[in-house]
Order: sequence, then structure tokens, then C-alpha cells
Amino acid sequence: MNRIALLGLAASAALAFGLPAGAKPITFELPPETAELKPGPNLETAQGNCVACHSADYILTQPRSMANKKEFWLGEVNKMIHSYGAPIQESDVAKIVEYLAATY
Amino acid sequence: MIDRRTLIKGAGAMAASLGPLQALAQTVTLPFGNGERPLVKYPQKRPMIAVTSRPPHLETPFSVFNEGVLTPNDAFFVRYHLANIPFEDIDPETYTVEIKGLVNRPHKLTLADLKRLPTTELVAVNQCSGNSRGFFEPRTPGGQLGNGAMGNARWRGVSLKQVLERAGVARGAKQVTFKGIDGPVMETTPGFAKALDIEHADDGEVMLAYAMNGHDLPVLNGYPVRLVVPGYYATYWVKHLSEITVIDSVFDGYFMKNAYRIPDNDCACVEPGTTPKATVPINRLNVRSFITSVADGGKLAAGATTLQGIAFDGGSGIKEVSVSTDDGKSWTSATLGQNLGKYSFRQWTLPVTLPAGQHALKVRAIANDGKTQPAEPRWNPSGYMRNVIETVRVAAA
Repeated sequence: MNRIALLGLAASAALAFGLPAGAKPITFELPPETAELKPGPNLETAQGNCVACHSADYILTQPRSMANKKEFWLGEVNKMIHSYGAPIQESDVAKIVEYLAATY
Repeated sequence: MIDRRTLIKGAGAMAASLGPLQALAQTVTLPFGNGERPLVKYPQKRPMIAVTSRPPHLETPFSVFNEGVLTPNDAFFVRYHLANIPFEDIDPETYTVEIKGLVNRPHKLTLADLKRLPTTELVAVNQCSGNSRGFFEPRTPGGQLGNGAMGNARWRGVSLKQVLERAGVARGAKQVTFKGIDGPVMETTPGFAKALDIEHADDGEVMLAYAMNGHDLPVLNGYPVRLVVPGYYATYWVKHLSEITVIDSVFDGYFMKNAYRIPDNDCACVEPGTTPKATVPINRLNVRSFITSVADGGKLAAGATTLQGIAFDGGSGIKEVSVSTDDGKSWTSATLGQNLGKYSFRQWTLPVTLPAGQHALKVRAIANDGKTQPAEPRWNPSGYMRNVIETVRVAAA
């Protein structure tokens, strides 16, 4: 099964397993995502930078009780840039931090 | 049509995989701030506590641990690091695990090749390094998990020792690295790879597992083959294993050199809110125990009842489990259940009598190596290795 055919099954949530002899590649569909980014200042900047590599719940589930929210979220954005190689422009960092600290 | 390669290149392709949002059905609330989570049904899984969707991070509902000493495959927790998971590349007929690097006979093993080799089997706990992270105070960033990022299964496969012997480890080998087929979305993101010292890799217990509790691995638990590193945190149990490389140095990949590090001291802990001076790669599980028969905040009938739970450590085995029904003032030894091996959950039971009213129940294990659980939680900046004596508050009526 090629990728195009596979993606064509997206809506069916089909799953073949049991995998008989002479089996083909498995068909495996993840369920739809359960969350999206909440509205807030600079939402578009966050949309454009944060959810290419991971779903919005990576942000939503983080603790809300941090004493210094800007410092906490700056640490996370810097981790994405320096540890995970996220191609975030320097000029977007402050906007994203503002969105995150104001919204979560 | 955006395929995986396009997505890797397309830094701006963020909307590509955002389908329609799943209608929120049931939720559960884990007992810490911002702990509400959806219960989501994935293929081959019962509804699981969804920590994140992409990549999937699913926690086992805690009541499952009272069902039996082995965690059912359809309830076993799931954790990925990187969202490029090419399920469509998994064909059990053509899937291979490549052995390369500092070996005399580099080669690829198909699933059929692996299944022709002598088998080995053991029961072992697989626990996420950050299991219970949500309970850390002060809170730490990362997957905000309750206590359900662990499971105990009977693993069957081929010992890594045997695979290494067939390949012939060459002189100068220092570590063995492990990589699966899952990878990063961006080319600039480090891939997920882990390493073990050659002596550890060659200990006869580290396993290439193709079966779990008598069945194929669920896809989300690493089908068709994953590494099993008994006694070690789950970060080493590389899923969808595809490359084994023998190297002559200490591996410096991100997930060994920078991530999954713990303070370099006996407690793997520092003063809350501070940064450790020196760190080492996380390694062996510490000792933990839980009450499984009643949840925190739960209700019991007043009078005689039997408490039940589990205990485990990183491979010395459980020597003793004690329970307190008076918030730690007095302790009584529980009866240990069947011993499924030193890496397994060990069930325990204890009949108690609880008069009507509120009770703070505690459980504490002592391992065969003499280690036990602390009364106060220890802290480290990554939220790893929680093993405080747990307290379950119940109302008897």
C-alpha cells in the first residue's frame, strides 16, 4: 500500500491486524486531535510556529500555577529552538511568549 | 498531497496534519492543577487518558492496575517523543532490524529471522521516567502525568546478547545505540536514539521483544519489535526498533547527552527549584508501591475490607510491603502475591478494619537491596523518578 492510498483511508479509522502470512504494510490511523490553541494575543504567530511538530495539548496541559509565567514560557520556547531545532525567528519569540503567558 | 518527506522539509506545513478536532466525550481529572484530560479510544486500545495527541502520549487509567499483575496490552501506556511515525512503513514481511557499526558481520534481521532464534521471556515493568510528574511541587514542564505511565508485561523475544554474538562485536566496542523508525517532523530536530554500555547490552536480559503478554506488540507499543531493558526506565525501551549500532565511544545524541538526565547523587534530587551541578543519564527504576483497590478520595464500606496493591523496583525485587491506615503512625506487613520475577510488579494484599470516618492510607515497599521510599517527595528539575510513600485518603461509611 502506498502513502497516497493510506492517506485516503484517513476518515475510515480502519485498522488491519492479525496480520496473515503474506501481509501488507499495516494500516493504522490515529484518532483526530482533541484540542486547538485557545484565542489570545498573537495567536497567528503561535499557530505558525508551535503546532507543526506537536499538537496544541502539549501547551494546554502544562501547569498554570507557575510564579513567573513569562519566564516559564520563555524557557519552553527556548527549549524548542535550542534543543529541538524549531526554526522560530528571533523576532517571533517575544510574541509567542506573550501569547502563551497571557493565554495559559 | 503532503507526504512525510514533504512534511519534513516544509517548516510551515503546520496545518497539514490537523484534521477535524475530535468531539470531546468523556474526560477525567487527574488530582493536580490543570489535570483535566480527555479519554480517547485509539486502535487496539481501550479508552486511555490522553496527555497529548501528536505524537501520542496516553496514560493508563489507574484502576487497570487492580485488574491483575500484568497490564493488558489494550491498556498499556503509550509515549512517543517525535511525531513523524511512519506506520505505513511497517510491513511485517519486509521489516528489518539492522546490526551495524563495530561488528564483524553487519547484517539485517527480518522478523522471521528473529523468530527463528532461541526465545527468551521475562516479566518486567516498563515505567516512564516522568511518571507522576504532575505531582511535583514546584511543578516542572513536560508531560503532566498522573501515576499511570507504567505497565507490567510478559515480554518474549530474542536476547540482544544473542544478536550481538551473531554479529560478532569487534574489539574496542564501548556502547550500543538503538534507533526506531519514528523520527522528527523537522530535519533540524534531533532524532530519538538511546545507548547502553556494551556490558549492559550483552547481559543476556536486554531483549528484542516481538510479543507482549502472548500477543504481537500493539502498534503504539512498538510493533513489530521493541527493545526491553529490564529494570531501566522506559526511555531506553526503543519502539519500532530498526537500527542497532555498536560504537567505540560514549554516544552523544541529544536524548542521552542533554535529555533524560538526573542529578548525579544517590537521591537523584536537588533542593526544589534549583539546578543540579552534575547530571548522569537516568537509569534504573527506584522502588515504588501503590494501593490499587481504592483510589484517592474514594469510599469504602466501614468494617472489614481487604486492601490490595502493587510494588516494584529496578530489579532487586520486593522484600516487604507495609501499609498504614493511620497516616503513617503505625505500619503492618502485607502479604505478597505470586513472584513473577524480580523485574515484575509484585501484588500485595492486607485485610484491615476501617471504622466509619476519614482515613489516610499509606503504603511503603522495601526492596531486596534495602532501598525504600521516602516520606517526603524528592525533587529534580525534569520531574523524574517520583517514589514518595503514596497516601490515599478514603471515607469509610
